[in-house]
Amino acid sequence: MPEPVGKIRVQCEVNGRSMKLEAFPMARLLDALREQAGLTGTKEGCGEGECGACAVELDGKLVNSCLVPVLHAGGARIRTIEGIASGQQLHAVQRAFLTHGGAQCGICTPGMILAALNLLERNPRPTESEIREGLAGNLCRCTGYVKIFESVVEACRDMVR
Amino acid sequence: MGTRVIGTSVPRKEGREKVTGRARYVDDLVFPGMLFAVTVRSPLPRGRIRKIHFEGNIPWDEFTVVTAKDTPSKNCVALILEDQPCLAEETVNHPEEPIVLLAHPDKYLLEEARRAVRVEIEPLPPIFTMDDSLARKHVIWGEDNIFKSFHVEKGKVDAVWSSAEFIVEGEYSTGAQEQLYIEPQGMIAQASPEGVTVWGSLQCPYYAHKALVRLFGLPKDKIRVVQTETGGGFGGKEEYPSMIACHAALLAWKSGKPVKMIYDRAEDMVATTKRHPSQTRHRTAVSREGKILAMEIDFTIDGGAYATLSSVVLSRGTIHAAGPYDCPNVRIRSRAVATNSPPHGAFRGFGAPQSVFALERHLDRVAAVVGLAPDELRRRNFIREGQTLAVGQVIRENVDMGRLMDRALDLSGYHAKRKQFREQNSRTAIKKGIGFASFLHGAGFTGSGEEYLASEAAVQATRDGRLQILAGSTEMGQGTNTVFAQIAAETLGLDCEQIEVLQPDTALVPNSGPTVASRTTMIVGKLVESATRKLQQVLFESGLLKPGYNAKDFAAACQQHLDKFGPLRSFCKYEHPPDLHWDDETYQGDAYGAYAWATYVAEVSVDTRTAEVRVEDFVAVQEVGRVINPVLAAGQIEGGVAQGIGFALYENVVWQEGRMINGQMTNYIMPTSMEVPPIRVFFDEIPYDRGPAGAKGIGELPLDGTAPAIANAIANATGVDIVRIPVTPEVLIEMIESVHA
Repeated sequence: MPEPVGKIRVQCEVNGRSMKLEAFPMARLLDALREQAGLTGTKEGCGEGECGACAVELDGKLVNSCLVPVLHAGGARIRTIEGIASGQQLHAVQRAFLTHGGAQCGICTPGMILAALNLLERNPRPTESEIREGLAGNLCRCTGYVKIFESVVEACRDMVR
Repeated sequence: MGTRVIGTSVPRKEGREKVTGRARYVDDLVFPGMLFAVTVRSPLPRGRIRKIHFEGNIPWDEFTVVTAKDTPSKNCVALILEDQPCLAEETVNHPEEPIVLLAHPDKYLLEEARRAVRVEIEPLPPIFTMDDSLARKHVIWGEDNIFKSFHVEKGKVDAVWSSAEFIVEGEYSTGAQEQLYIEPQGMIAQASPEGVTVWGSLQCPYYAHKALVRLFGLPKDKIRVVQTETGGGFGGKEEYPSMIACHAALLAWKSGKPVKMIYDRAEDMVATTKRHPSQTRHRTAVSREGKILAMEIDFTIDGGAYATLSSVVLSRGTIHAAGPYDCPNVRIRSRAVATNSPPHGAFRGFGAPQSVFALERHLDRVAAVVGLAPDELRRRNFIREGQTLAVGQVIRENVDMGRLMDRALDLSGYHAKRKQFREQNSRTAIKKGIGFASFLHGAGFTGSGEEYLASEAAVQATRDGRLQILAGSTEMGQGTNTVFAQIAAETLGLDCEQIEVLQPDTALVPNSGPTVASRTTMIVGKLVESATRKLQQVLFESGLLKPGYNAKDFAAACQQHLDKFGPLRSFCKYEHPPDLHWDDETYQGDAYGAYAWATYVAEVSVDTRTAEVRVEDFVAVQEVGRVINPVLAAGQIEGGVAQGIGFALYENVVWQEGRMINGQMTNYIMPTSMEVPPIRVFFDEIPYDRGPAGAKGIGELPLDGTAPAIANAIANATGVDIVRIPVTPEVLIEMIESVHA
């Protein structure tokens, strides 16, 4: 029988700050962020990569952190919801979600905002169908998505201004 | 109307915390020395528990283990009845029924331990269908498997059949639906001989409070329930959180440590409540002119293994079964039956979406038989002010359903599209259709419910001139905090920033009743408005505040008043309007203080090769009294319509031996951003004089009319008689083939 693998240490950058995570190699990045880094803004909705509540950016790509092993985070740049605002100053996407009703119960909001931001950084002027597609990996049970689309359109206007 | 804050879309009160990830949900809280917890559940639908084995290579002495024997007072989750045990003791009555609770500091070991508990159960014969339950194939609950039945009678139904020009019959059914809030259920408990405190994701702190009082046999002031930020409820966090509160508290009680119990998605889906499956039979007599002469409605819902809220779900479903129509002769018989599946429970709409689906689908079929357009049949039968509902309630609202329907039909281009689609469909494999549903939804508890609840709310002033609202009503995304703040701000002539809504905590806030039944804005909001007005009056009478004041004057007056007289607080308790009467025995009277009225129009396309249905456009027109916050109100309707689309098309609970076997988001499909159409929401605002600033209830309404509008549109597109939902492609193919067979 092979030796059981012990905990590993990975060094990564989370929201611009260097951080050491210590966990079993296949431990979920989601748990490491929440429990070790104390970044509880990243939520668990399903644990199987369906709902997107745990979405974070890993080296600029949107990933479901419930499906990413800590092992993969070594040397990576990670961005979570806590790293979006600049101090007290909300990001345009956050502002738009706040004023356009994009957040209701708030549990999908961190993942949804990261998905929106990731979309707008790749594509600053998305069409309606590109917005729908860009958010298709993030489930929301409250809004029916209409106010989320409106928030993204508003954020888009604000960002190109 | 000259309002400053009411009618404006002030941003959500707790919105900043939500968009920055700072809002704290139950799983985000960490207590020192906290244990984690899991539940060992029944593998069988029904049986006698013989023995519990703790097996495997598990250090069992490190675990806190709780079984039914550890319940300090009564082993039940007290709700309306006390038939549901907190932990199964001698028998199990549904798959996934909780039997053993485990707590340990190590989450991973805990999961291994859960799998190492083996419960030996001697099987008993189960019941899985409403028909078998009604036939009493086995008696599994009470004497006859019936949790509750109702009989509503108006006029002389039996005298009509022989002379009616048309008699139309139909049978309809709806499936279970999972609430699927994105935040799974969870609780943290702390307990000592001095008392029990739980924090968690819930809609009704005082339900959990009642259940804990009964379970522990402690005085009310020794039990404290605190709501944490709640990531969606939709009814799913009405009654079930009481169960988890009891479980976490038992483990905390036994271990002496804080205990966190969070369900994962699969457990949440298979073990907690869902919308009641239903079966409805209609028999309708219609005159040559298209006037409905008699309606006979038979409505059955599947309650699952324990009574929970089935009696009240049945009540609302029964009262809404005859819709917004004037019919002189109505008979409704209904019952909630027991089966060996997990109890079905509250889900937005609460029985009405089931019976409204049947009625609105049926009326399209009635129209076809009579030879009238669907809108014309309804127009000839809509109820008006002064006419009576099936339960004998005289409508006192200035309602014009005909006008509301026409507005919805105009906005959706209904008439032109109906014609256009008829011409196009013969030439294409993708058939288009348009359909609608007209409906009403009563706000607040049914009948004498509000009188019985006798809800309270309070407000208090702080030294720096803020007004704090104390209510047991919870924010779960629907906007309680913001709407309450707007109501108080409007009353005082202040801005929303000066109003603070305190976290629901039974140690601090009065019992405002449960946050359900579209009652929070209309009923509790009115209490907030009255309490605020009283507080303002106290300041006026003290001479410290004078009309025409500004925020600074208000702050100064509060400070002086607090210095001089101590705490400045005012309470308001619900008083039932003396002209609203209800008889629980005859089930006659004023069922609800007010109704919301609506017509929803759905446009669909059906790919006849794949039987896939897409909703292409959706128009929702409703009269809901004064709209307090247009963005929040539209958000309620849009979200409800999306859930209704899921109910109609996608959300299919697959049952096997009483257990949901597709308990994952991978195979239980809710609408994503790709499936929702543009949802166009319109409000007709007729201020309701008993609501705060004229508002009525809104939350549940959109679940009632969405599914039948879609089903009617599919029928229009395909000519297939849709009699059950969800209309998954598999179901539709079967229906299309049976038409061509």
